[in-house]
Amino acid sequence: MRRATLKQPEGNGMKRVYQKEDVCIGCRLCEIGCVVEHSPAKDVVKAFRNASPRPEPRNIVEERGPLSFSVNCRHCDEPACLHACISGAIAKDPLTGIVGQDPEKCVGCWSCIMACPFGVIRKNGAQSKAVKCDLCAGRTIPACVEACPNRALVFEER
Amino acid sequence: MRHVIIGNGVASIGAIEAIRSADRESPVTVISSEPHRVYGRPLISSLLGGRIREEDIYYRPEGFYAANNVTLLTGKTATGINTKARKVRLESGEAVPFDKLLIATGGVPFVPSVEGLDGPDVYFFTTLDDARKLDILTAKLRKIVVLGGGLIGLKAAESLHDRGIHVTVVELADRILSAAFDAEAGGIIARRLAESGISLVLGNTVTKIVRIKKRARRVVLSDGGSVPCEAVVTAIGVVPNKALAEKAGIGVNRGILTDDFMQTNVPGIFAAGDVAEAKDMLWGERRVTPIWPNAYIQGRHAGLSMAGAARPYPGGIPMNSIEFYGIPTVSMGISNPPAEGYEVLARLEPEKNCYRKLVLRNGKLVGAVLVGRIDRSGILSGLIRNGVDVELLKQEMLRDDFGFSDMQPEIRQALLAAY
Repeated sequence: MRRATLKQPEGNGMKRVYQKEDVCIGCRLCEIGCVVEHSPAKDVVKAFRNASPRPEPRNIVEERGPLSFSVNCRHCDEPACLHACISGAIAKDPLTGIVGQDPEKCVGCWSCIMACPFGVIRKNGAQSKAVKCDLCAGRTIPACVEACPNRALVFEER
Repeated sequence: MRHVIIGNGVASIGAIEAIRSADRESPVTVISSEPHRVYGRPLISSLLGGRIREEDIYYRPEGFYAANNVTLLTGKTATGINTKARKVRLESGEAVPFDKLLIATGGVPFVPSVEGLDGPDVYFFTTLDDARKLDILTAKLRKIVVLGGGLIGLKAAESLHDRGIHVTVVELADRILSAAFDAEAGGIIARRLAESGISLVLGNTVTKIVRIKKRARRVVLSDGGSVPCEAVVTAIGVVPNKALAEKAGIGVNRGILTDDFMQTNVPGIFAAGDVAEAKDMLWGERRVTPIWPNAYIQGRHAGLSMAGAARPYPGGIPMNSIEFYGIPTVSMGISNPPAEGYEVLARLEPEKNCYRKLVLRNGKLVGAVLVGRIDRSGILSGLIRNGVDVELLKQEMLRDDFGFSDMQPEIRQALLAAY
């Protein structure tokens, strides 16, 4: 796991990614931005053509008729995924507040998927590991937020 | 302030991490009868099955105790608690003084009354050392009987089978996984286990272990039949390891009784995890719920109380996520409701090994069983925990792709605003 460079206190002072469903156009560029950021080459063509297996996006775009929005990890103050993890793969960084996951430690038991109330942890089917948002530790603005053409994702304290 | 924790499982770690979030200084001592640092107890089946390496079983890094300024006493068993003098007595004769004490002694395997159980070739399956013993056995043995068709028994059976052992599971109930699953969900898994080559004997139990020259040779069943075997693994479940507390005069029922702050009836003495009888969110009463996430969260609330940063425990919800031969399953909350006062919605696709069942009470979701597809199942646990009115979402919740977009805007926005 890369070292976080953003220093954020836990709790209310932490910036998180929030969706604005009234301006989301369902283009899924947030998912593409996430896949590219988490691919080895960090290049959109290489990520989608060459990366094998292609990284799963770590946000989930929901669409129902005209409604669409992205659901993003909240890096919860009391992370249900962390509490449920049986292998110790999930930890909350006390400095940044980021709830990170170590894929090497993950055993693919899916306890985090069962526990996350946002339903935002996915299976990385190819590797039988769970995959979750790391808030793009190291970036000033998460890739999904940067990729959104209509500012339907915001990175802010609430 | 001297903090002492008896037990070194997940509840203990939840407590250490909570204490250290509020108090960096006070000494913390952990007394562990097992000779290991903390490991992921449910992973012993992955280890036995050869799916993980031994170094992968540890739940926290090697430097965890030092980094948290914790003294870990391994291989030390607590034999007494003096609640007046505030000391824990160890088997080795030492006394460990405390100001705040957490009893997190977990569970011990339930021992059924079976003739000949007390003898060679009988094993339990709850500790790392149990897994190591069985690991050695797999090189020597061909046939093992597993007594108990619950989660522990079936995971033991799966792992032994993967190591080339012929396994027969004997279960008293007429179906497997009867505690967390219903007949449909249990049926899908039973079929998969049988297809994989594990023999299941249901509605039957072991009455006697027959030995020849002191070695197990077969078990006799209650219906008169018998199954040849060279060893028996007893996996009927665990019961709270409460004897230490009981002897010390601490209030117990099925487990150690705790209040909303995980405190026992003795001020400054707390209990958490599989040994505790703690608030249950759905039943509105205290219950023993020996599952992993509850143990961490109870330990966390006990630790916060010990460090003077108390926050009430909201109550636990039973939850299990387990895969059997590639079929993922999740059960949560009240999965087998009483007949009165509950509404059950279900969708079964036996040909796809898929099942989705939801349990409602007074218009709110209180339980779920998912087999085959478990993606985003946490949304359901969130609806249970938050007590959301789901009267208008019944059909939507039965779909595999159920999500926030199915909810009324005000419910969706409230749930998505939280952290």
